Amino acid sequence: MTDHELIWRIAGGSGDGIASTSQNFAKALMRAGLHVFTHRHYPSRIRGGHTYTEVRVSADPVKSRGDGYNFLLSLGDSFARNPSEGAYYGNEEIKPLSENLDELVEGGVIVYDSGLLDTDEIENFDERVEENDWHVYDINLRSIAREHGREVMRNTAGVAVTCAIADIEPDVIKSLMSDAMPEKILEPNLEVFDDAYQQVKEDFDVDAPDISAPTGEHDEEQVLLSGSDAIAYGAIDEGCRFISGYPMTPWTEVFVIMSQNLPELGGISEQVEDEIAAAALAMGASHAGVKAMSGSSGGGFSLMSEPLGLAEITETPIVLVEAMRAGPSTGMPTKPEQSDMEHVLYTSQGDSHRVVFAPATAAEAYDQTRKAFKIAYEYQIPAIVLYDQKLGGELSNVPASVFDEEPNPDLGSVLTEAELADAPHDDSGKYQRFQHDTENGVSPRSLPGQKGGRYLATGNEHMPAGHISEDPDNRVAQMNRRMQKVESIRAELDEDGDFNTVYGPEDADYGLITFGSQQGTVEEAADVLNENGHSVKVLGVSELMPFPKTQVSEFLDSVDEALVVEMTASAQFRGLAQKELGGYGDKMSSLLKYNGNPFEPHDIVEGFETALLEGEELPDNRTKFVPKVGE
Amino acid sequence: MSAFSAIGEETEKDQNEFTPGLEPQPTWCPGCGDFGVLKALKGAAAELGLSPDEMMVATGIGCSGKLNSYFNSYGFHTIHGRSLPIARAAKLANPGLTVVAAGGDGDGYGIGGNHFMHTARENHDITYIVFNNEIFGLTKGQTSPTSPMGHKSKTQPHGSAKTPLRPLSLSLNAGASYVARTAAVNPNQAKDIIVEAIQHDGFSHVDFLTQCPTWNKDARQYVPYIDINDSDDYEFDKTSRSEASEMMFETENALHEGTVLTGRYYVDEDRPSYQQEKQRIGEMPEEPLAERYFDDSYEWERSYDKFLDKHK
Ligand SMILES: Cc1ncc(C[n+]2csc(CCOP(=O)(O)OP(=O)(O)O)c2C)c(N)n1
Ligand code: SF4
Repeated sequence: MTDHELIWRIAGGSGDGIASTSQNFAKALMRAGLHVFTHRHYPSRIRGGHTYTEVRVSADPVKSRGDGYNFLLSLGDSFARNPSEGAYYGNEEIKPLSENLDELVEGGVIVYDSGLLDTDEIENFDERVEENDWHVYDINLRSIAREHGREVMRNTAGVAVTCAIADIEPDVIKSLMSDAMPEKILEPNLEVFDDAYQQVKEDFDVDAPDISAPTGEHDEEQVLLSGSDAIAYGAIDEGCRFISGYPMTPWTEVFVIMSQNLPELGGISEQVEDEIAAAALAMGASHAGVKAMSGSSGGGFSLMSEPLGLAEITETPIVLVEAMRAGPSTGMPTKPEQSDMEHVLYTSQGDSHRVVFAPATAAEAYDQTRKAFKIAYEYQIPAIVLYDQKLGGELSNVPASVFDEEPNPDLGSVLTEAELADAPHDDSGKYQRFQHDTENGVSPRSLPGQKGGRYLATGNEHMPAGHISEDPDNRVAQMNRRMQKVESIRAELDEDGDFNTVYGPEDADYGLITFGSQQGTVEEAADVLNENGHSVKVLGVSELMPFPKTQVSEFLDSVDEALVVEMTASAQFRGLAQKELGGYGDKMSSLLKYNGNPFEPHDIVEGFETALLEGEELPDNRTKFVPKVGE
Repeated sequence: MSAFSAIGEETEKDQNEFTPGLEPQPTWCPGCGDFGVLKALKGAAAELGLSPDEMMVATGIGCSGKLNSYFNSYGFHTIHGRSLPIARAAKLANPGLTVVAAGGDGDGYGIGGNHFMHTARENHDITYIVFNNEIFGLTKGQTSPTSPMGHKSKTQPHGSAKTPLRPLSLSLNAGASYVARTAAVNPNQAKDIIVEAIQHDGFSHVDFLTQCPTWNKDARQYVPYIDINDSDDYEFDKTSRSEASEMMFETENALHEGTVLTGRYYVDEDRPSYQQEKQRIGEMPEEPLAERYFDDSYEWERSYDKFLDKHK
C-alpha cells in the first residue's frame, strides 16, 4: 500500500451487517471522487464466525485489495458469543480484534467497541501496539448505538468514528445514509453518527490525524458494482431473458440478481430441482428461441457436464457461468480458487468443444458475458464465463460509460420462415439443419413452431436432417464441421479481441502470466517489481478455450523467463499453456496459492524476487513455487 | 406476422402427416409395444389437427427414446432421463408449441425420477408419455424401477428385492393434474387418452404399458385389459383426489397380480397450469417470449437505464 491510501477493514461476525456497511462506506467514498476496491472474507456459516471486509480507497485507480491494511474497525461480534461449551467461535477468542492484527501495518489505527471487546484478553496486546506504533481508540460503540436506537447501529457509530479519525467529511456518508435508509431508521442512525463523531473529537486528540483518507476526483461518472452484477447486466444487455439455476455459493449471486431483475424485464427465471435440470432448461429455452443461461459452482457444474455435452453435439447455444471456489467436492464454499479450470475446459465425454472466457475485472466480466452470448448464438456452441468467488463478490468502481452499450437481442444464426422455404430439405420434408459443408462450420438452425423447419436434435451422431447415424463419412464430416466452428471462433476473437491484456514495459526481461481474477493483483505486483529495479511485464489471459496461442507464445518469446501466477495447487493454467503451445515448459515457473485467500501483491513480489531470481525457499506456506522444467 | 406461423395452423386430419416419409424405419423388435405408442401419437396428433411443425417431442434414451425419430415433428432426442426439463423450458419459452415428452420407465421413473416428481409438482402444461415395459430394453434387459419384486435379470440374478414403483400414485401425489394409464394392446383407448392428455391444460402423465417381447416375456402387458372408465365395476369420481388415489392403488396392486386395469384416473380441470401461475404472480410474460426476438418494434431494455442508478 502507498502512503496516501486508506485500507479500512471492518471486522465482526456474519450477520453483523459488515457487508452492507462496507458497501455503503465504499460507495460514499466513490461518490467523493475516490477509487475503491473491496475484499470480502467470510466463513461458511450464516451467523457468527469471524468475517471482515476491506475497503481500499485511493486517489489513483486500484486493482486489488493491496498489501496489508491501515485502519481496523472491530465491531463486537454479538452472534459469535455462543454460550455452548467448547463452541469453536467463542467470545473468549474475541476474533474481531485478535484475528486481524497480523496484517495491520505499522502506524495503523485500531478502533474497537469497548462495549463488547476487552483487549486484556488478548495476549501481548499492549506490547504489540507499542512495537508497531499502532494508535488505539477504545469507544463504546454499543452504548452509543443503544442510546439512540438499536444495538445493530454499532456499525454506524463505527463509521462515524472512522470519519472523525481519518478526516472524512461526515456529509459524504450522511447523504448516502439518507439515500439508502428508510425514514424510520434514518433518524436514529444520524443521531448515532453525530454522537459517535463528537465523542471522538472530544475525547481524543485527532487534530493531526494518524491516518487520513485521500481526496480525489473522477473525470467521469462511476458506479460501484461486483463481478456478479457485471455478469448479470452483460447477460441482460445481450438479450438474455431466461435463467434457470439451483443455488450454490458463490454462483448464487448471479442467479439472485437475474431472478430479481428478469421478471421486471418480461423474462423468466426458474429455480429448479438440480443442476442437471438447470442446464437442461436453459437448453430447452434456447432450443425454442430464447436467449438463455444457467450456471453453478464446482459441484453443481459437475452435474451440468451431461447437458453440456448434449448442447455441444446438438449445437444448442447456451451460456453457463461457473463461479469457482476451493474444491474438490464441496471444498471450502466461501473461499476463492481457480482450480475448476480443467474441469470446465474438459468435462463431458468425447471430443468436446466449448468456449471459455475468464474475465479479470468487473468491466471485463460485463464485456465477456456479452461476448459469450454473441459467440454462443452465432456459432451454436456452449460458452462459459469462468470466474471465482473473488471477482464475483468484490466491489470496485467502474466508469458508468462501460455499460452504455446498445442491447443486442439478435438470436444469431437462426433462419426465418422465408429463408427456411429456400433452405435444403431432405426427402421427408425435414430441414437439413446440420449441413456438412458450410463456410465457417455454422449450419443455421430453425426454431420449433416455424413452418418448414422441423428436424431432429439428438445427442447421438446424426445426419444433416438430424437422424441418428453411425455412417463413418457422416461422422467425420459432422465432427470436422463442429471443430471448424472452434477455429472460426478463434479467428474472430483474434480479429476483434483485446481481452488478453499486456501490461508493463514492452521490452521487459521477465514476464508474469496469469488468468482471471488475479490479473489486477499481478499488475500491481509488477509495478512494485519495476520500482524495485526489475524489468517485468504482465500477460493476463482471459480466453481459455479456444486458447490464444499466438498471443501467449509471442509474449513468451519476448521475455527471458516467465512466472505463471494462479490459484491452483497443480499449476493447471501453466499446464494448459504448455499443452496448447506444445512447449515452453523450460521457460515457465509457477507461483501457486491455494490456502483459501487470493494473491496479494507482496506474495508475487516475494515469489519473483526470492524464489525465481534467488532460487531460495519461500519463507512460509502461503504460496508455493514450482520451478520450470529442467530445474 | 408471427415468426412461428405453424402454430395454430389447421392441417388435414391425416396421420400420414406425422410419418416422416423416407426416414429410417423403426428399429424396434417385431412385436414391440413401442409401435403402439407411435401409432397412438400419430392418430392423436392427426385427430387434434396439429401441424407437424407446431409440435415438439422431447424424448430420453432407450428404445422408447427413439420415438421422435419415427414421428414427424420437431424433435429433441435428449439424454437419459432429461426429456422433461428440456420439454418444460421449451413450453415456457414458447407456450404456443404443443410439447410432448416421452421415454421409458427406466428413463422417466429411474434416472429422471427427480425431474418427473418436480414437473408434476409444478404442473407444467406438457404431456408425458412413459413407455412402461417394466424393463430396461435398450441396454438388454436389466431390472427397471417398475419390474415386479423377485424379477430376475442379469443384474438381479437372485431376483429383485425391491417393491416396484407406483407411477400413477407417485404423479398424483406429486401434483400432476391429469393421470391416466393405457396400453399398447388397445390402440383406440391409447389414442383417445393421448388426445385428452394433449388437450389438458397442465401436466398430463400417461403411463403407457408396452410389451418388450425380447427381454420381458413374462410381463402382464400382453393380456387383455379392463378399461375402468367403461366398466361398471369401477365406479369412482376421477375429479376426486382420494377416490382416484384409491383406484390407482387397486390398479397398481392388480397389475402385480396379473390384471391390467387402464383408463383415466385423475383429471383436475381447475388447477391452473404452472405457466398460468407464473403469469399470475408476474413472473412470466403474457405473450410468448420466443416471439419477442422477432418483434422489430419491441424496445429492449438495458441495464444502463434500468439498474445502474442504484450503483451510483
Ligand atoms: C447416464 C446414462 N446412463 C446409462 C445409460 C445407458 N442406457 C441407455 S438406455 C437405458 C435404459 C433404458 O431403459 P428404459 O428407460 O426403461 O427404456 P426402454 O429401452 O425399455 O424403452 C440405459 C441404462 C445412458 N445412456 N446414460
Ligand atoms: S428390446 Fe424390447 S423395448 Fe426394445 S425394441 Fe425390442 S422389444 Fe421393444
